[in-house]
Amino acid sequence: MDTPVNKKKLSLKEKYSYLTRDLAWEPSYQKKEDLFPYATYEGIKVHDWSKWEDPFRLTMDAYWKYQAEKERKFYAIIDAFAQNNGHLKLTDARYLSALKIFLQAISPGEYAAHKGFARTGREFPGVGPQVACQMQAIDEIRHAQTQIHAMSNYNKFYNGFHGFADQRDRIWYTSVPRSFFDDAMASGPFEFMIAIGFSFEYVLTNLLFVPFMSGAAYNGDMSTVTFGFSAQSDEARHMTLGLECIKFMLEQDPDNVPIVQKWIDKWFWRGFRVLGLVSTMMDYMLPKRVMSWREAWDIYGEENGNALFNDLARYGIRPPKGWGDAAEAVDHMSHQFMLALYQWNFGTAFHSWIPSDNDMDWLSKKYPNTFDKYYRPRWEHIKKLEANGTPFKNYGLAKNCQTCQLPCVFTEPGDPTTLCHRETEYKGEHYHFCSDHCRDIFQEEPEKYVQAWLPMPQLFQEPINGDLEAWMKWVSLVDGEDNGDYQGSHDQTSFEKWREMATSN
Amino acid sequence: MSTVFIAFQTNEETRPIIEAIELDNPAATVYQEPAMVKIDAPDELVIRRETIEEQMGREYDLQELQVNLITMSGHLSEDEDTFTLSWK
Repeated sequence: MDTPVNKKKLSLKEKYSYLTRDLAWEPSYQKKEDLFPYATYEGIKVHDWSKWEDPFRLTMDAYWKYQAEKERKFYAIIDAFAQNNGHLKLTDARYLSALKIFLQAISPGEYAAHKGFARTGREFPGVGPQVACQMQAIDEIRHAQTQIHAMSNYNKFYNGFHGFADQRDRIWYTSVPRSFFDDAMASGPFEFMIAIGFSFEYVLTNLLFVPFMSGAAYNGDMSTVTFGFSAQSDEARHMTLGLECIKFMLEQDPDNVPIVQKWIDKWFWRGFRVLGLVSTMMDYMLPKRVMSWREAWDIYGEENGNALFNDLARYGIRPPKGWGDAAEAVDHMSHQFMLALYQWNFGTAFHSWIPSDNDMDWLSKKYPNTFDKYYRPRWEHIKKLEANGTPFKNYGLAKNCQTCQLPCVFTEPGDPTTLCHRETEYKGEHYHFCSDHCRDIFQEEPEKYVQAWLPMPQLFQEPINGDLEAWMKWVSLVDGEDNGDYQGSHDQTSFEKWREMATSN
Repeated sequence: MSTVFIAFQTNEETRPIIEAIELDNPAATVYQEPAMVKIDAPDELVIRRETIEEQMGREYDLQELQVNLITMSGHLSEDEDTFTLSWK
């Protein structure tokens, strides 16, 4: 094609079209189905790939330019943070528990998303999504790297950061996000886009990155704000890609609508379960809080989700099946899950603690209908046991949900005093679930989920064979350093000692 | 009516951008939060290159928004002169 001579500069639209459509070709000596063998088996019908419009129209030259600028900003701040003993400016070292969960559970998810987008970019026959997925694959590996790099500074001073790679694979609470990403990567390209591009990016990352990162800023953690906002600046592009993909599928063929709806139902609920961890970080682990999990949900879940589902209604899409149960669970989930993390804290590579009176008053104010009624009495009881020298430890193992892999610690919809438990039988075996929605997901694809690796049964298998000490070694957890109560931990004493040294002579 | 929103990091580069958005979108509400600024608007929010250039006193490429962008909601439509979010 000739370069246009009548214009000095290409328009954004033209540049984007040269980068994408112009790179595509029709195969002449291979069949298209052989080149893109995974494009049709999910049942999604596409009639015209050229209808795919990436709204950001980012070309490679602009992409590298702006990403380089983000990296320069990031490393300038990370260097300044390390040079100025930034870790001593934290409100309190309790805050680090949230970061440890982030490193063990979320950053490896970024890496998984990188692998997934690299693959999906190859599998889509359309050149528009190929380019967008390639960029996203590079973004995701950048996120994993910058997060690990930023948190490596804390690893020089504090426990619980050193074993994140083993913990990603082996410890119990990280298997929730790991299984989420494994499930997505074991899906076809269109389902992967709904799982990550739509459910995770569009519906859920706002809840993970935005109020939590604002919280990091409030708690003096400059390095996390920096990696968080640097990552989130890419997320805006990712969300747009997810939304574009869903609109594209719905507009291409009406037969796609029920398939997309089924994926929305599944991936919303799977994502919501991953957020169980995030809810405890926001309500319990930030010494200085920005907003409660409930308030964050109201803005980024409820309001933003409803805007989106109202918009998609014109295609015949309704809100996800678990939407109502999720809205109810938001008043309970952080409390129920934090109680679980506390009672099993011999097995967590981060510290937990009994909330102070001040913390509990804040929780009462933020959860006026649930905290004082259901959760304060339990914490008060645990506090009494602790004061009597018999702290509450649960050495029993929880049942894992076969789908989301969380321990079954959540309660029945409509009855927060009864544990929710569902089961089903498949080929002569019993399978357990935390909720109706997780059971329904299993029943749609039992052959997939019967293969799930579950962290609790692993304790009784090789090489652990029920030995707790062997398990700790296997998950790279140093007993007495990485785990247990914050009170009396190395992290607590070191932080207090160093802060004292930093402010006196 | 549905809300669209956009959020930026709080810094010297975004200050004139936010002023420009306020000028072009009288119905928008600006929330100053720790380290970030979130702007909500009913149904539609338009960011114009020209207004940003006037506020900044230099030429501006709308794709530079990417550097300080935190999040957004709504369908995006972008060209050289405008960056529009809407639920229409």
